[in-house]
Amino acid sequence: MEEKIIKIKAFLAKFFRKHELQEDEDIFALGFVNSLFAMQLVMFLEKEFGIVIDNKDLDLNNFRTIKAIVAFVDHKLNLAS
Amino acid sequence: MKIEFTPEQLKYKEEFRIFVDTVIIPEADRNDRDEHMCTEIYKKMSEKGYMGSMIPRRYGGLEMDMITLGLLNEEFGRGCSSARSLLTVHGMVALAINKWCVQEQKDYWLPKMASGKVIGAFGLTEPNVGSDAKSVETTAVLDGDYYILNGRKKWITMGQIADLFLIFARCEDKLTAFLVERKSPGFSTKPINGLMGARASMIAEVIMENCRIPKENIVGAVGTGLSHVAMSSLDYGRYTVACGCVGLAQACLVESLRYARKRRQFGQALRKNQLIQKIITEMVVNIEAARLLCLNAGYLKEIGDPDSIMAIWNAKYFASKMAVQVASDAVQIHGANGCCRDYPVERYYRDAKINEIIEGTTQMHEVMIATNAFRSYV
Repeated sequence: MEEKIIKIKAFLAKFFRKHELQEDEDIFALGFVNSLFAMQLVMFLEKEFGIVIDNKDLDLNNFRTIKAIVAFVDHKLNLAS
Repeated sequence: MKIEFTPEQLKYKEEFRIFVDTVIIPEADRNDRDEHMCTEIYKKMSEKGYMGSMIPRRYGGLEMDMITLGLLNEEFGRGCSSARSLLTVHGMVALAINKWCVQEQKDYWLPKMASGKVIGAFGLTEPNVGSDAKSVETTAVLDGDYYILNGRKKWITMGQIADLFLIFARCEDKLTAFLVERKSPGFSTKPINGLMGARASMIAEVIMENCRIPKENIVGAVGTGLSHVAMSSLDYGRYTVACGCVGLAQACLVESLRYARKRRQFGQALRKNQLIQKIITEMVVNIEAARLLCLNAGYLKEIGDPDSIMAIWNAKYFASKMAVQVASDAVQIHGANGCCRDYPVERYYRDAKINEIIEGTTQMHEVMIATNAFRSYV
């Protein structure tokens, strides 16, 4: 869990450079994200955690906060195992 | 760091070269003149499996790696920009289906696309909407088990012959992607002629008037049309366009070398003129730089690195500008002959410019690349 949070935070820090993102903070409400970010996030999660994100996963709530992303990754990993 | 093709990639590279030399190039001038791609071209592309080059093997495709796909598009770009554009848009639709459709849609469409029985086209641009993709005016409204689409798409590559269109429409006021079959009620296309370059790209306007499609034809989810579907398709499209530019510029270079060796002025071959040598040198170095940007982008894309997205923007930006400059220089070396369609550089020059418009204009690339630089480097 902790390791996942560190990795996700490090990735997100590239987009939220002047803002210390909290684990339950709404990423989309901050207004920094654009359509390019969405695609980079999908690629990052797929590569970093070895998951495949498909049409069933396209719920913004899966990606809204760091906590939600970690829960989503755990869910995908559980499904795969 | 090691930059080296695998034996399989080298084998494919040679196969692509032969195919382009024997199938694509002999028809390229006629296709350009007629503003029409002869059916024999995509029939032979299908026979070789190239229509499924980007589609997984489980659906009957060749599932080429990104470097090999880059080589394929480079070679096609060397021969005919219109044929390369077929590979590009068909792949953009196939990959969107593979990534964002439900399994039933994948099982139904991808084998047909891999075999070339179904040709795909990408429908984002509209009469009033180019770079500002978020402002799409086409609408999609859910009506029972169907979506009803209304609107027009313009400059749709292969729109005259495609069987399946990836259409972007405003649904619940959010940009959303849909698969629309040509045979759908309320769907029609109108050929667009008189293009400057890539004239055999079978460009069409797409008209949807109460066009009814099954609700299962949604791609991704409502609101993910731009952020996920279009972005990933355009990412692939940009990569193939960039690689195609390298091939196009290579063709310009080869024609220029041939001409400068044969053509004599002031009692000697043009190649002896140091100003010509300077032009040739800049061609060689810039083509190689673009090729390396493409290889880097292809490698990053192959390993799924998020940085591949910006690497592809960089590669497409540089390669498309480079192709325009190299094509212009090739015409310059040819002099008056270069302004006549008896010489292929005349077509290359017209084709090159199109690459600065499609899959994001040069100026949109400048916005994206500069924004990313401010975010990343300081």
